[in-house]
Amino acid sequence: MNALIRNMVISATILGLFAVLGTGMVSYTYQMTKPQIKENERQAILKNLHAIISPKEHNNPIEQDTIEVIDPLLGSNKPIKIYRARMDKLPVAAIINSIAPDGYGGNIYLLVAIRYNGTLAGVRVVSHHETPGLGDGIEAERSNWVFAFKGRSLSNPTDRGWGVKKDGGEFDQFTGATITPRVVVKAIYKTLKYYSQHRDAIFAHTEKHASKIEVETNHE
Amino acid sequence: MSNVSYTKITRDGLWDNNIAFVQILGLCPLLAVSSTATNGLGLGIATTLVLIASNMTVSLIRNIVRPEIRIPVFMLIIASFVTAVELAMNAWFYDLYKVLGIFIPLIVTNCAILGRAEAFAARNPIPASILDAISMGVGFTLVLVVLGSIREIIGFGTLFAKADLMFGESVSWMSITLFDDYSGFLLAILPPGAFIGLGLLAALKNVIDEQLAKRQPPETILVESLESNKLS
Repeated sequence: MNALIRNMVISATILGLFAVLGTGMVSYTYQMTKPQIKENERQAILKNLHAIISPKEHNNPIEQDTIEVIDPLLGSNKPIKIYRARMDKLPVAAIINSIAPDGYGGNIYLLVAIRYNGTLAGVRVVSHHETPGLGDGIEAERSNWVFAFKGRSLSNPTDRGWGVKKDGGEFDQFTGATITPRVVVKAIYKTLKYYSQHRDAIFAHTEKHASKIEVETNHE
Repeated sequence: MSNVSYTKITRDGLWDNNIAFVQILGLCPLLAVSSTATNGLGLGIATTLVLIASNMTVSLIRNIVRPEIRIPVFMLIIASFVTAVELAMNAWFYDLYKVLGIFIPLIVTNCAILGRAEAFAARNPIPASILDAISMGVGFTLVLVVLGSIREIIGFGTLFAKADLMFGESVSWMSITLFDDYSGFLLAILPPGAFIGLGLLAALKNVIDEQLAKRQPPETILVESLESNKLS
């Protein structure tokens, strides 16, 4: 009996030792790579943002000048991030990280850049799970489809034009994939609506929310 | 067992006992990631790194760890290395990391790695275990790249597209567009294409093996098959 317990203790000690060693190695790697990973994520966000709002058009740290809002028009009941581009503190554009929740493969995450006057500066799809080869034409790397939104606004086209051609709207669908473009058009339209209703509020809070975000990042 | 020849270890990993074709292990990542040659190569290299690290460590500690706790210890080692590789890729190969996504942490669940730890590294000295890891890893990577190339060529009409994501701008020459204005063949990119492709490749390997066997004098085959029976 004693021998059995002794064996168990030795085994448990060895196992525990390896758990400590493994955890130690992982936490060391984590500490080593953490700054680089943070920087990569920042650069990735900046690259996406600068693809639609050129770096010359703003001079604020756009990736830090953000607010988070909750509104069903943006496709989620969770907070949605809005990046604000400003030139000498004057609002230039808002880039809304809205969602098309009803894609063929679930959520389609968008970046919808709206100039202060309400026209679209551009749209990009950040991530999605649409069918490769059919629905992925919404990606800027795969087709020109997403560029058709540049310069559009709530009045261009008017209400009924905001749909795919199959539904009587102005935007192309893809051969074999109607759902994906349809929901993206709808999501962009709703995002524009949200913007037109809340424009002043979007650009208003500066100090308060900036400091709130500081606190949040510190808690991580 | 300890006097297994290095030639045999290499041959086993690359061909005779190939992880994907013969052991049919690690199919989940293999089938999911092999939609392009670049993705296949990326996951292959990551898997090989983990395999080398885990085989080396398991072989190093093979006399310390008692048999009854060896599997949890191996899993701990493998999981730690996978997490380290994942973090490293996130830091230094960010674009590739985003493409491979969930399949990097899932290297843990690639049975091939635990399989090699248990079947080889736990019973063999360090140099042999490292060689085993390298040849098994390279064998796995080759299948990933070949299957990825076939699927990419048929599905997209390109080869090694976006290779610069992984190795930087200096290798953008690797990306080849084989057919301009190719509309793509969806089946090859979707999961069925992976199954069909892997099946055809495994069949091709069997045909080659049969042809080779016909050419060799029968005595050699007898000895070889006896030897492999003993091993398994």
